[in-house]
Amino acid sequence: MRIAIVDESPARAAVIEEGLRDAGLTDITVFAERKGIAARLEALSPDVVLINLANPHRDELEELFALSRAMARPVAMFVDQSDSAGIEAAIDAGVSAYVVDGMKKERIRPVLELAIRRFRAYSRLRAELDEARGALAERNTIDEAKRLLMTKRGIDEPAAYAALRKAAMDSGRRIGEVADAIVTADRLMGDL
Amino acid sequence: MTDTPFRIGFLPLVDAALPILARELGFAEAEGIDLSLVRDMSWATVNDRLLYGHSDAAHMLAPLAIATTLGLGRPATPISVPFVLGLNGNAITLRPDLAAQVTTVGVPGDVAAIGARLAEVARASERRLRFGVVHRYSSHDYMLRYWLIGCGIDPDRDVEIVTVAPPFAADALAGGDVDGICVGEPWNSVSVDRGVGVIVAMTSQIWLRGVEKVLAMRTERMEDSDTVFRVIRALYRAGEAFVDPERLEDIATILARADYLDGSADLIARAISDRILFAQGHEAVHVPDFMFQHREAANFPWVSQAAWLYAQMRIAGHVPADDRDYLAAQRVFRPDIYRAALRPLGVPLPGASSKLEGGISDRIGVGTTQGRLILGPDRFFDARRFDPDALDAYIASSMIG
Repeated sequence: MRIAIVDESPARAAVIEEGLRDAGLTDITVFAERKGIAARLEALSPDVVLINLANPHRDELEELFALSRAMARPVAMFVDQSDSAGIEAAIDAGVSAYVVDGMKKERIRPVLELAIRRFRAYSRLRAELDEARGALAERNTIDEAKRLLMTKRGIDEPAAYAALRKAAMDSGRRIGEVADAIVTADRLMGDL
Repeated sequence: MTDTPFRIGFLPLVDAALPILARELGFAEAEGIDLSLVRDMSWATVNDRLLYGHSDAAHMLAPLAIATTLGLGRPATPISVPFVLGLNGNAITLRPDLAAQVTTVGVPGDVAAIGARLAEVARASERRLRFGVVHRYSSHDYMLRYWLIGCGIDPDRDVEIVTVAPPFAADALAGGDVDGICVGEPWNSVSVDRGVGVIVAMTSQIWLRGVEKVLAMRTERMEDSDTVFRVIRALYRAGEAFVDPERLEDIATILARADYLDGSADLIARAISDRILFAQGHEAVHVPDFMFQHREAANFPWVSQAAWLYAQMRIAGHVPADDRDYLAAQRVFRPDIYRAALRPLGVPLPGASSKLEGGISDRIGVGTTQGRLILGPDRFFDARRFDPDALDAYIASSMIG
């Protein structure tokens, strides 16, 4: 089975490709660049095309499938139409698939299920990464706010942290938010 | 009693205004609807969410609702349109040097004369001119085709029409991928502001009362008629607010928010108030009825509008001749639901469900089942009329050469 993955995120495409390869599907081509995709897809003539739902170029790609000879009468689908749980899973995961009309359900199903799992795995990785980045940024902000309090008020670090914590508790905000407000205010005020 | 949850999918365009305002101005809540909105970046995804139950309704291109019912590009699924979200609001923008050859840059012109000059340029051009539309099954595509054919240009042989997603339309013009675009606001104005395009025509100049976006629902979802009626009433109230000049600034500010259009409130306000900046360095010009909303029962789903769109799909070769398809296409528009939903509000309700499109040249009172209703002119630029009962004759006379 010949599979094309159209994804502007090379990282996500790699995660999906790896999953498919591990399952013994080796005829895979990744399209990360949209330029000239029509001719390249046509030359490849895939049985299945996988595209992420949030891809803003889906309408253009669909028109291309409809017009070119890249695929024989492609049908946009999520697993098969009778499998509503599968469809739900695909949409939640954010993957759409275009399948050559007439291809057997039994052959398609495992590919799509795999794609959905890999999409999910990628989203989870992304979320964890974002969380880690967010935590790091917040810690930096708190450190900067502490330094500001220490120099401007002439207090030591534990006292600066205690002041931050008290302000947060009094105003019902997180320490990170209070620290952010202090840093922002300092930037606005400059040397005043 | 808790509010009924209801999700509407939309694309970030000015004509997604009514669902957004129904939520933000409290009209949905007043009807006991907990309205949430799901933004996507392609019609394909808006449509998939609708078809597979991720949304209850969608802001959708009118022809796409018909195409989906007929099974074009998706497994055929009956779609119903109980409410039109607005008329027109699109424009045709050309690259500046091409615009200078066909129009007086900066001001609106006679679209028949502009089209005639475009035909000369297209014939003399060494390569085919290429136009971008937002979707194969869009009013933009069919309105552009209607104009080109009316000016003697074969949309498939003399020029080329491709799909370009609205947010990339200005880039496509700037990069030379296309010579012109037919797209909704604010994307024409974005091209003008960047100096990469000049507006040469409004779709309202091609068809003064052209149907544009609709509220689309799966027909089976319509069985819960009480919820549907309440949503329609909330959208109707949102339309009332939309045309109130006092609220213009507030509305533009809401639509511009990052979670909705994420764009410039100034450009959005310009579109809503029909003020069009045709080219950089010129003054904005008031084009009456550019974006037609609410008045004259503009949200009423005339069956003849669906019939007109089907006729254009036939002319474009997007659907084969089939009487059952024609019937199915017309049944997508549901004036019966519109009337049932709005009867309690005491607002004017057209008595007929179909009309001779392009047949009104002066303001005229029309029959209603309730209230008083006056319809303004609805002419096509070439003064043709469309009679839904004479489809074949209309199509035969629309073919080029």
